[in-house]
Amino acid sequence: MNIVVTIKQVPDAANVRINPETKTLVREGVDSMMNPLDAYALEEGVRLKEKFGGKVTVVCMGPPMAEAVLREAISLGADEAVLLSDRAVAGSDTLATSYALSQTISKLGAFDVILGGKQAIDGDTAQVGPGIAVNLDIPQVTCVRKIREYADGKMVVERMTEEGYDVVEVTLPAVITVVKEINEPRIASLKGKMAAKRAEIKVMSAADIEADLTRLGLKGSPTNVVEIFSPEARKGGVRIEGEPDVQAKTLVASLKEAQLL
Amino acid sequence: MPIKINKETCVGCGACVAQCPFGALSLVDNCAFVEETKCKFCGKCATVCPCEAITVVKEEMEAKDDLGSYKDIWVFAEQKKGQVAGVSYELLAKARELATQKPNKVVAVVLHDGGNAEIAKQLIAKGADKVISVSAPELTNFDDLTYSNVFYRLVKERKPEIILCGATTIGRALMPRVAVMLKTGLTADCTGLHIDPETGLLIQTRPAFGGNIMARIRCQNTRPQMATVRHKVFPEAEPDSSRAGEIEEVAFQKEDLSLRSKVLEVVETLGEQVKLTDANIIVSGGRGMKGPENFALLKELAEALGGAVGASRAAVDAGWIPYAHQVGQTGKTVCPKVYIACGISGQIQHLVGMQSSDVIVAINKDPECPMMKIANYAIEGDLFEIIPLIIKELKK
Repeated sequence: MNIVVTIKQVPDAANVRINPETKTLVREGVDSMMNPLDAYALEEGVRLKEKFGGKVTVVCMGPPMAEAVLREAISLGADEAVLLSDRAVAGSDTLATSYALSQTISKLGAFDVILGGKQAIDGDTAQVGPGIAVNLDIPQVTCVRKIREYADGKMVVERMTEEGYDVVEVTLPAVITVVKEINEPRIASLKGKMAAKRAEIKVMSAADIEADLTRLGLKGSPTNVVEIFSPEARKGGVRIEGEPDVQAKTLVASLKEAQLL
Repeated sequence: MPIKINKETCVGCGACVAQCPFGALSLVDNCAFVEETKCKFCGKCATVCPCEAITVVKEEMEAKDDLGSYKDIWVFAEQKKGQVAGVSYELLAKARELATQKPNKVVAVVLHDGGNAEIAKQLIAKGADKVISVSAPELTNFDDLTYSNVFYRLVKERKPEIILCGATTIGRALMPRVAVMLKTGLTADCTGLHIDPETGLLIQTRPAFGGNIMARIRCQNTRPQMATVRHKVFPEAEPDSSRAGEIEEVAFQKEDLSLRSKVLEVVETLGEQVKLTDANIIVSGGRGMKGPENFALLKELAEALGGAVGASRAAVDAGWIPYAHQVGQTGKTVCPKVYIACGISGQIQHLVGMQSSDVIVAINKDPECPMMKIANYAIEGDLFEIIPLIIKELKK
């Protein structure tokens, strides 16, 4: 089974701070990490490989420093790693990004499934997975919480919904995006860490993936940011003091007064 | 490169470095330096540079030449078992408002199995001028490919200028497909929409970096302009059964049916409980709940309030409550009218999932925890003592 896992390097949200004076994101000294939901996709890919054989190739688009998350992925069981890194992709929105990633994947040979996290925690769009599926003309199932079966070139999966879940049968190759419930990612083994150190990360450029340059970067992006601003910081409000019964009464009265109940 | 720094005129004052929302700028050898991969080309640096040393060349996609032929605002009316999702009604009301700024018809598009014969009338009563209805047994359950094929065909034929859809599981699977098929822009999970009076473009506001930054986004050179929109940010209108509207039935084309994916079963595990995404009030529990048995208390409070039960990652990872209830970075993003955080300290990963709630109530033993600091109403104390008293008070 040839498994592709798309991963993204994101800023570690636990350290993201807002500069109170300029009200902008302080990125200095903020560590980068593998997008948390992609870690579940990677784990699922490695489990599929362990069960059915084959290999796991991790694919990432980002600056040269994104190599770090690819090495981390190798330490967690991926076999090969590909980094699409090119100035031409700077400023890409989700349309351009999904084009760039699908071009990259199409250069890697045949695959059975593409796995990815439901969304990245910095952009929060959840649009790149479906975008890749359309570009590669393959089906998709998003928000998958369980892969039930894999046989005869098909998978039966559970898609999380607002009310519960749908059981979906999908013909491979397909894009599957996963939610956290799907598994519990392993911790890197010593052997894995050694492999990560030695691993060769294949770096590809826009030319390598034979991309149409008008479809990358700002030129390939129909959406653009016209303004960035900070949301009003929550200042906090009143402390409800007193004995517990007074606190309870005051809260209910306050919510009623504000017509929230 | 679309951003240029003139090394001759840059005095290395650092004004741009401080203003960059993305931390893409730094001073290298006393001159501004931009890290291209972090830059989003928003141009804020150029506006604050006292020496006009920064130019941002707004490289853009070439404008398609048929932009003027796109008309109307479409709302994808999501339905399950014939019941329209609340967020679709919210968007119809918002579309009506947008239509006053830019004369346009509001069109609801519904893909369904025809089980609810009144569905089109309900959509008109809620604000649609016209309903495009495609009904077929093949559309009973949401299938990514079938639905996107049908919707894509409708868009290609009828050319709407704007498409709005709820940022639900379905919306966020369907719209990205359709947008890429159309090669147009889609903005995810918006919390604000307005028409720019100068350009007539739809300006879409959305949070990024977990809500730490807000971005206004537009789609200038392609059509339709598409957005998925978070639930509960716009109020829905009261139904008006006297509203008149046109209903157009469009036949389902067999070739749009997906042969590569199929829903085998739809399982509802939530039962009679209120959905997190639909709830006006959410009662959420964290580590301070101490154990799974205590979530019954939260359920009781939620029932008394007509709300839903949420949880922090800590409570879910401990196995106290299923993942479907998790609010936060690796769970759901919610914005109810009232969010009651019980025994949740308020780590950033949780806050990003609920900080846009209208009113936050915190009940916690630790008066100094982040949740208590951002709460509109902070109650310091033992939640096991206070919650039963609140329930009692509500039942009075």
